[in-house]
Amino acid sequence: MSERLSVRKTYKLYIGGAFPRSESGRSYVVTGAKGEFLANASKASRKDVRDAVTAARKAFPGWSAATAYNRGQILYRIAEMLEGRRSQFVSEVAEADGVSGKKAGELVDAAVDRLVWYAGWSDKISSLRGSSNPVAGPYFNLSTPEPTGVVGIVAPPMGPLFGLVSVIAPVIVTGNTCVVIASERAPLPSITLAEVLATSDLPGGVVNILTGSSAEMAPWLAGHMDVNGIDLTGADAELAQKCEELAAENLKRVLRPNGKTDWAADPGTGRMTAFLETKTVWHPIGI
Amino acid sequence: MIFEYAPAPESRDVVDIRPSYGLFINGEFVDGSGTPFKTVNPASEETLAEVASATEADVDRAVQAARKAFGVWSALPGSERAKYLFRIARIIQERARELAVLESLDNGKPIKESRDVDLPLVAAHFFYYAGWADKLAYAGYGTTPLGVAGQVIPWNFPLLMLAWKIAPALACGNTVVLKPAETTPLTALLFAEICQQADLPPGVVNIVTGAGETGAAVVGHPDVDKVAFTGSTEVGRLIAKSVAGTNKKVTLELGGKAANIVFDDAAIDQAVEGIVTGIFFNQGHVCCAGSRLLVQESVAEELLSSLKRRLSTLRLGDPLDKNTDIGAINSAAQLAKIRELSDTGEAEGADRWSPACSLPDKGFWFPPTVFTGVSQSHRIAREEIFGPVLSVLTFRTPAEAVEKANNTPYGLSAGVWTEKASRMLWTASKLRAGVVWSNTFNKFDPTSPFGGYKESGYGREGGRHGLEAYLKEIS
Repeated sequence: MSERLSVRKTYKLYIGGAFPRSESGRSYVVTGAKGEFLANASKASRKDVRDAVTAARKAFPGWSAATAYNRGQILYRIAEMLEGRRSQFVSEVAEADGVSGKKAGELVDAAVDRLVWYAGWSDKISSLRGSSNPVAGPYFNLSTPEPTGVVGIVAPPMGPLFGLVSVIAPVIVTGNTCVVIASERAPLPSITLAEVLATSDLPGGVVNILTGSSAEMAPWLAGHMDVNGIDLTGADAELAQKCEELAAENLKRVLRPNGKTDWAADPGTGRMTAFLETKTVWHPIGI
Repeated sequence: MIFEYAPAPESRDVVDIRPSYGLFINGEFVDGSGTPFKTVNPASEETLAEVASATEADVDRAVQAARKAFGVWSALPGSERAKYLFRIARIIQERARELAVLESLDNGKPIKESRDVDLPLVAAHFFYYAGWADKLAYAGYGTTPLGVAGQVIPWNFPLLMLAWKIAPALACGNTVVLKPAETTPLTALLFAEICQQADLPPGVVNIVTGAGETGAAVVGHPDVDKVAFTGSTEVGRLIAKSVAGTNKKVTLELGGKAANIVFDDAAIDQAVEGIVTGIFFNQGHVCCAGSRLLVQESVAEELLSSLKRRLSTLRLGDPLDKNTDIGAINSAAQLAKIRELSDTGEAEGADRWSPACSLPDKGFWFPPTVFTGVSQSHRIAREEIFGPVLSVLTFRTPAEAVEKANNTPYGLSAGVWTEKASRMLWTASKLRAGVVWSNTFNKFDPTSPFGGYKESGYGREGGRHGLEAYLKEIS
């Protein structure tokens, strides 16, 4: 009996809820931890970055106006879909990182749990970050957090799934939309994650994922005038400085890389609050 | 009936201005190494005093003093830091009249504003943050101060901006090097004296005077852990760029081009008062000024005629006169900028109007000015004028109002006038701005966080939120 030839997956980009190839037609070879060929991934271009930003901007009004309950439900749904594809992610993470199946399984479980954790934050972060302010006069005065807008994310090179989920979830749970530059070294789990996102009732454009060269794409994202914030967690010191300088042009909120992040540790609220604004509304009190 | 006003000048004898001022470093006034500069009264162009200019070396000395003091200050129990801040707040209240007169002399703002708005808010800000100093553990931002804060402030609210910077910094256990604006250094230097009267440990507060280079030296100093800046978006950009790749924590409170939206159901008389407060308070030298009036087409005519009638009653002149509504423009340079932008308003096709208003011969003055027929592409609808100039645009639907309001790279503040609560809340939720005043405008309070979206900067000043800028992140 001859062995059946498997049908391989084509790894493409994820922009506006669709899976296009890079408009540049470029691709690059992705290898596993032992150097073996895994796949040809799309190598996104500047135009792809711009298309992704356009999609994220288009998705922002709807996503930011969705109820916190609804956003929480969708993040929880993402966790469910990820759990359902557990075995696929375990083998992809094992291949990418060269870790044992057991270790890869732990990392996938941790990613699912992190999504559940952030899902619960959707309708609680306002209570923590908002305030009613006792001004010295007859005024109602209330401060509430609001999402910053479109956020660029340079995902960590290590932790192709757990790290990735840990940077995306805090940005979108509060109502931001994002453009993510996936780990250049290990991009394949990010596109499989996109398949999860696409089937989780997450509106198209809320998360857009690009694969390719971080050093090439991150500066385009950092300098883009319709991006409001940038998370440089996955950038090395040189790239991070360059991106922060570019981000100054329209005063983007910048989350600097913080050495080696321990993804297993309690993430705290910092990744959410880095991309939250505070709006304070006044109104007179009277009859 | 026309009422004539007799002059009612506030006495300037309450303040004793020295002929020259040094830098305030490590608790003492010392000479600066740069060429001293003069600060003038913008209402008369008379020189008020000569002020030392701090060079990079002077700034370095100030930062060293602040670094040394940081050990002592941050080790004090919060309850002790609180008492120093309460002391400072009380001295500010005791010397409020003196400070108000000095502020009006150096800045040109009407005494009724410096006396009734600036000074009460300054004292309140110190009281407010004094109370936080021993309660940081409850605020949710951790309790670890950053170190030395380099702070650069503008000339529009000299002492109030100083309070917004220094009070939270000190409450959290940081020490500061603050640079006041070149045209308005005097109240900051009087504040230095207040620090001495309060027996504040030397080096906790250092004041370095000078121009842009001094500010750049403060921001760029490698031993500064925190940069806080209020000023133009242009300089804010440079600062954001300069700190790239460092560990400095930064907050920026920058420019604005706020929309003040008047719906057809608004109480017109109240809206008119709010529009006047919005753009003519402090000669429009306000980053959150309501400089773009968006009025619903159906009430535009009625509103504008009421507004013009009201503007004709404003009194422009001597800032120390208690009846004065509009004082002097802060500097010749700012006056030139206001003139230039206003001229483009006319050149680009908008209609210019000012009430009959005679301007004093000496000093820097600009009449309250309203442009109608303004379109969104006009420079006067896009650029911050930072003067008493209102651009009027119209809209038909709430969605159009919101779209026009948000059509700006800025996002500091906005106003909404309507009698319908659901419409007010809908509009407020759609506006991309850090402060929304509904049926009021230009209200400030130490408990109320202030700061912008988009290119109006980042970080908040005031309230519990204001502590975050001066504490180490917990995660």
